[in-house]
Amino acid sequence: MTAATALQADGARVRWLIKGAEIAGPGGPEVADILLSAETIQAVGTGLSAPGARVLDAGGLIALPGLVDLHTHLREPGREDAETIETGTRAAALGGYTAVHAMANTDPVADTAGVVEQVWRLGRAAGYCDVQPVGAVTVGLAGVRLAELGTMSDSAARVRVFSDDGRCVADPLLMRRALEYVKAFGGVIAQHAQDPRLTEGAQLNEGELSGRLGLAGWPAVAEEAIIARDCLLVAHVGSALHICHVSTAGSVEIIRWAKSKGWPVTAEVTPHHLLLTDELAVGYDPVFKVNPPLRTAADVAELRRALADGTIDCVATDHAPHPVEAKETEWSEAAFGMIGLETAVRVVQQAMVDTGLLDWSGVADRMSVRPARIGRLTGQGTPLEVGRPANLTLYDPAASAEPVGHGASKSRNTPFAGMDLPGRVVATFLRGTPTVVDGKLT
Amino acid sequence: MMKRHLISAADLSRGDALLILDTAEELASLADRPIKKLPTLRGRTVVNLFFEDSTRTRISFEAAAKRLSADVINFSAKGSSVAKGESLKDTALTLEAMGADAVVIRHSASGAAHRLAGWVRGSVVNAGDGTHEHPTQALLDAFTIRRRLKGTSTRGSGLDDLRVTIVGDVLHSRVARSNVLLLSTLGAEVTLAAPPTLLPFAVNTWPCAVSYDLDNELPKSDVVMMLRVQQERMTAAYFPSVREYSRRYGLDAARMARLPEHAIVMHPGPMNRGVEIAADVADSPRSTIVEQVANGVTTRMAVLYLLLGGTEFPAVAQ
Repeated sequence: MTAATALQADGARVRWLIKGAEIAGPGGPEVADILLSAETIQAVGTGLSAPGARVLDAGGLIALPGLVDLHTHLREPGREDAETIETGTRAAALGGYTAVHAMANTDPVADTAGVVEQVWRLGRAAGYCDVQPVGAVTVGLAGVRLAELGTMSDSAARVRVFSDDGRCVADPLLMRRALEYVKAFGGVIAQHAQDPRLTEGAQLNEGELSGRLGLAGWPAVAEEAIIARDCLLVAHVGSALHICHVSTAGSVEIIRWAKSKGWPVTAEVTPHHLLLTDELAVGYDPVFKVNPPLRTAADVAELRRALADGTIDCVATDHAPHPVEAKETEWSEAAFGMIGLETAVRVVQQAMVDTGLLDWSGVADRMSVRPARIGRLTGQGTPLEVGRPANLTLYDPAASAEPVGHGASKSRNTPFAGMDLPGRVVATFLRGTPTVVDGKLT
Repeated sequence: MMKRHLISAADLSRGDALLILDTAEELASLADRPIKKLPTLRGRTVVNLFFEDSTRTRISFEAAAKRLSADVINFSAKGSSVAKGESLKDTALTLEAMGADAVVIRHSASGAAHRLAGWVRGSVVNAGDGTHEHPTQALLDAFTIRRRLKGTSTRGSGLDDLRVTIVGDVLHSRVARSNVLLLSTLGAEVTLAAPPTLLPFAVNTWPCAVSYDLDNELPKSDVVMMLRVQQERMTAAYFPSVREYSRRYGLDAARMARLPEHAIVMHPGPMNRGVEIAADVADSPRSTIVEQVANGVTTRMAVLYLLLGGTEFPAVAQ
């Protein structure tokens, strides 16, 4: 199935004229009309008119460059019971995304050109957003020998981001070699920072609650020690490191220090780590079980500050679908992970915008511009200017808070179920074609 | 009054805990009569759902339920559908369909009793969940302490001003967690004595004191409760060797001599003689270990009776 590309009677594509949107961008908010033509933005200005164009009244809506997710688990191939590339990208479009990076921990693992090309092609066929495969760093995510990173880079999927996400590249020598090797084709290693020995059997942030609930603790130092080590490796070999799902205040401090040295380190934070704390585990409901674990209120506050000041570059969902039975079980048996594509920007509004920490230009930067840059995507995360790709999201921040319900993802493991979140994604355009209009898939 | 389930010792107010202990005291007099059985739970079904081997706890609950005339179904995970991969939820729904009024659950996962309570209508009694809690063990320990140190005419009285030292692997001990909560609720001053590696990360937030030096605590203890050192801890860098653990935290005759005259020694069992407790300590008159087993049945009768709202209170006073 392909997202509808409505054609006019003469066979030309429908052009869209977006009236009166508040454009979020580096120049500060500006209310203007945007005319989309074919795949690019044809005009931006006030009082635009275009005969034959479909008009979308965007009064009161924010226009953001199409959102880009650096960290999505689409589960295909292998776990199509949890999500497929089609259902996952439909969820992405509903969340305002025009590009997602598909993580490599599928079955088979995305550690060869064949698998990454398959994922890339299925994404193109689905058509709801761009699917950029992430390649595994090591064969089978086993952490023993490097996967064929160069071949994945040279493939049709043009892989630039490599990650064993779900597992840490724990071996320091292997991590060093991976960082060095991807310099040859401008790649970046996205590290899942988790010392495996310090987290054996770990279930929940190590703190008062883990002790009380009798669940093995997951200490902050298990994340921070790997981040510190990898920052020092970057300084030594001069290569690019991206740190996945930063979850502790201590990690922020290390990244801030590494950046102050000018080292090429970038980092992401998930929506759930910006809003939720470990206290939610008190009822042993595994919907709150995630890797890295939910942390304390002090960590949440520091992550928000770091995203606001740019120490953390971007928001990435770590959308991790799981079937019902993987969560409807004892805590220690349950799978780690939460879905998040459809709620990400609403959570960011609540955690960052409504708190005054970030304006909408900042949201555009952290959820589109910077993740596209880190992911080496050229046609995404560009400003809403004439001649640029027509990827954009229209968002209504004033929509009354509504409880989160079941969406387009095949899985239901959202920690925000029933929670009132503000805002609403009204429309998403992928290269001039709407994937979402009036909050519904086209 | 009490909640529907007994999952954590934190579920019990001081009033709840005293009601259970006082009811157990009533029931204890029954144990001396030739016919030990009461009709109070006739027609009610108690399921013992044991996912972990624990003969002593299972037969204790079984005896308790049977003395109250309940029908008892023993469901053990080995050789059952659980071994074939059935989920806890499906097992729960099966029990529900059979009409269980109470489910006594022992499980290796912390929180299993809590999860089960969300899936069944009957009362859930936690008989030990992972490294979380074992509230009936704490109740029988409190009952034993009260009887030994305060006498049998103690209805309505707590454990105020008694000093209890709990020794050993607190980190992995459900017995320790439940006892810290319950004994402090009942007014006791609890101290944990253990190597730092075997204490939870945020133990400073618990309602108890902490010491690394057992010898320092002994002269001021009314009760010493020794915890079992699990075999798997012995090789996982929590302490250098069993010998060193035993030297620093084991209770031998020399250490026992440092206790006040009246002090008692407890152990939830099963013991590692020669590791955390020496044989002559375990077998000494101070040891309450065998009493704890007997008191376990009585205390669990009280819990089942109160949770299931038995129709008539046992007329044992006559």
